[in-house]
Amino acid sequence: MTSSKRSPLTWVVHLSVLFLVLLWTMPTAGLLISSLRDKDQLAVSGWWTALATSSRNDVARAPSPESQVERDGKFVIAGNLLQGQGGEISAFGFSSREPAKFQAGETAELNDGESLTVQADGSYEIVSDTRMEGSRGQRIFFTAATPPRFTLENYGEVLSAAGIGRSFINSLTVAVPSTVIPILIAAFAAYALAWMRFPGRAILIAVVVGLLVVPLQMSLIPLLRLYNDVGAFLGVSAKTYMGIWLAHTGFGLPLAIYLLRNYMAGLPREIMESARVDGASDFDIFVKIILPLSFPALASFAIFQFLWTWNDLLVAIVFLGTGNDQLVLTGRLVNLLGSRGGNWEILTASAFITIVVPLIVFFALQRYLVRGLLAGSVKGG
Amino acid sequence: MQLIAAIATMIAGVLACAAYFWATNFILDLIFPSKGLSGPAASRNLRITNTIRPWLFLAPALFALTIYLIYPVIQSVWLSLHDRAGQNFVGLRNYVWMVNDGEFRQSIFNNFLWLLVVPALSTFFGLIIAALTDRIWWGNIAKTLIFMPMAISFVGAAVIWKFIYDYRAAGSEQIGLLNALVVAFGGEPQAWITLPFWNNFFLMVILIWIQTGFAMVILSAALRGIPEETLEAAVIDGANGWQIFFKIMVPQIWGTIAVVWTTITILVLKVFDIVLAMTNGQWQSQVLANLMFDWMFRGGGDFGRGASIAVIIMVLVIPIMIWNIRNAAKETGGH
Repeated sequence: MTSSKRSPLTWVVHLSVLFLVLLWTMPTAGLLISSLRDKDQLAVSGWWTALATSSRNDVARAPSPESQVERDGKFVIAGNLLQGQGGEISAFGFSSREPAKFQAGETAELNDGESLTVQADGSYEIVSDTRMEGSRGQRIFFTAATPPRFTLENYGEVLSAAGIGRSFINSLTVAVPSTVIPILIAAFAAYALAWMRFPGRAILIAVVVGLLVVPLQMSLIPLLRLYNDVGAFLGVSAKTYMGIWLAHTGFGLPLAIYLLRNYMAGLPREIMESARVDGASDFDIFVKIILPLSFPALASFAIFQFLWTWNDLLVAIVFLGTGNDQLVLTGRLVNLLGSRGGNWEILTASAFITIVVPLIVFFALQRYLVRGLLAGSVKGG
Repeated sequence: MQLIAAIATMIAGVLACAAYFWATNFILDLIFPSKGLSGPAASRNLRITNTIRPWLFLAPALFALTIYLIYPVIQSVWLSLHDRAGQNFVGLRNYVWMVNDGEFRQSIFNNFLWLLVVPALSTFFGLIIAALTDRIWWGNIAKTLIFMPMAISFVGAAVIWKFIYDYRAAGSEQIGLLNALVVAFGGEPQAWITLPFWNNFFLMVILIWIQTGFAMVILSAALRGIPEETLEAAVIDGANGWQIFFKIMVPQIWGTIAVVWTTITILVLKVFDIVLAMTNGQWQSQVLANLMFDWMFRGGGDFGRGASIAVIIMVLVIPIMIWNIRNAAKETGGH
C-alpha cells in the first residue's frame, strides 16, 4: 500500500485504528481492572476511576452509652469511623438533613450537652459532662475520601468459596481429552480421503463438508436419549466424562477431517510415491511421513478444539449436568450471574479466571490459529 | 486426582486408538500378504488390501460421525413428529403448535434480526479493520488485540458486557460504562438489556465484538492475495483510495466475503450462550437455540417440541450447507 504512505490521510488511518483497538479492548480491560479493585470501591465507582481517590458518603453508629468511660470528670465514647480501612474524613454531621455540616477537626454540639469531634483520620469522641443515657448509639454521617486500593482478595474469595477452583479442574478434565482424542481418528480418516483410492470417496468428502454446519441443537435430544438408554443398560450414570469426551469428539470430527484432508491433499505427491516405490505400505507412509509433515494442521485443529471445548457451555450442561461436582467454568459463571448478579467483585474475578486459559493459548499459539482459520475457510478465494 | 484420572483415560484412549489402527493393518497384511509372494497371488492380495485398507482407516471416524451427527439428524426429525416423551405419533401437531406459539414467533423474528445485523456488521468491521491495519506499522499488534475476543467464551463475553450495560438508578453513581457515558452527556440511565426490541441489539454487539476478529483475519489474508498489478494500474489511472478499495479490491474478494458471511450466519443461528447468560430469553429477547434448550428441560422436558425447533434451525442451515458442498466439490474436482 505504498500509494498512501505519505498522504495526510495516514493520520486518519492511525487514529481510526487506535480508536477501534480501544473500543475492542476496553471491555476486557474493564473486567480485568475491576477484578483487582477493592470490592467496596468497585460497587460505588466505575473502573475508569480506579486510579482516582473515591469519595463516599456513609453513616456509622457509635457504640451505645453503656460503653462510655469516665475520664477527667467527663464521660467519653471514642472510636474510629474508618475502622482502619485507610482514607480521610472531610466532613461529618449528626443528622441526615445536614450530613456534611462540619469540617473534619471541628466540634459539633449535639443535643443535651454532648459534643462530637471527628478527626480527619476517622477517630471521633463524644464528650459529655454528665453520664450519657439511652440504649442506642449516636449516628454519625461522614464523607470520606478513600485512596485507590488494588487487591487479589476477590480472586482468593472466588477460588475458595465460589466453587471456581473445582470447576477449573472440571473444565481441564473435559477439554484436554476432548482435544486429543479426535486428532488421531481424524488424521487416519483424512489420509484415506486425501490419498487413497476407493469408491465413494467424493461422496464421503461431501458428507463431511455437509456435517461441518449441522447445528449442535440437532444432536442434543437424540443423544441425551441415547445416553440415558446406554447408561440405564450398563447401570451407570448417563452423565460421565467419557460421554462428554466422545460427544466433543463426534462434534469436532468434521472440522478435523476437513482441515487435515485439505492440508494433506496439498502435500507433494512425489514424497508418497517414492516411499511406495521403496515398498512402504499406506500405514508406514501415514505414520512416518504424513503425520510429522501435518504437524501445523494438527496444531491448528488442536487449538480450535481446545478453545471450543473449554468455552463450550451447551454440551457440558446437557451431557455432564449441572451438579456442583460436574459444573464446568462456563456453567459456574452462568450460575453466578443468576445468584450473585450484583456482586461484581465475584463475577469479574470468576470471569477472568474462566478466560485466562484461552487467552494464554491464544497469545502463545496465535500463528497456528490464524493458519487454521485460513485453511478452514478460504475456499476458492 | 480427577485430572490424573482424566489424563490416564486419555492416554489409554489414544493408545487404544493407535492399537486399533496398527492391529487392523497388521492383521490385514497377515491374511493377505503381498510381500514374498510372486505373480498373480501377490497382485490379487494387493488389490484386496487396497480395497479394504481405506475403510479400516475411516471406520472409527465414520462410526463417530454416524452416532453423533447423522443418526441424531434423522432421530430429531422423527422425534419432532412425536409427543413429548417420543412415544406416540402426533403428525405435524408440534409444528402447528409452533406456528401458533407467540414465543416461537418472537424467536424467529429475533433470529432474523440477528441474521440481518451480526454477519453484516462483523464482516463490515472486519473488512475495514483489515484494510486499515495493512497500512500501518503497528497493524499486527492492532490485529492481535481485535482478534483476542475470539478466544473468550460467550459466557465470559456476556459477563464482560453485562458489566458494561450495568444499571444503577438515576442519581447514583453509574458503574456501567454505557450508562456512565449516557449520564455524562446529560441523558437518563437505562436498564439496557430489559428494553424490549432494543435489547436484541445490545446482545448482538457481543457477538459482533467476538466475530469481527475472525472476519478481519480471513479478509486480511484475502486482501493481501490481491495481485499488485491491479492496484498499480488503478493508481496510474488516477483512482483515489476509496475507489481503489471499493471498485478494485472488494470485487476481487467477493468469494471470501461470502465465506465469512455464511460462516458467521451459521454461528448466529446457533447462538445460545449469550442469550442464556444475559436475559435467558426474557424481555422479548428469545432466540431459537435458547428456546429449544428451554423446551428440552421445561416441565420435565418436551422432546417433541424441542426436536421440532431444532429441525427449524437445521432447515435454515440447509441452503448454506448445499452451497458449501457445491463449492467444495468444485474445488476437489481438480484434485
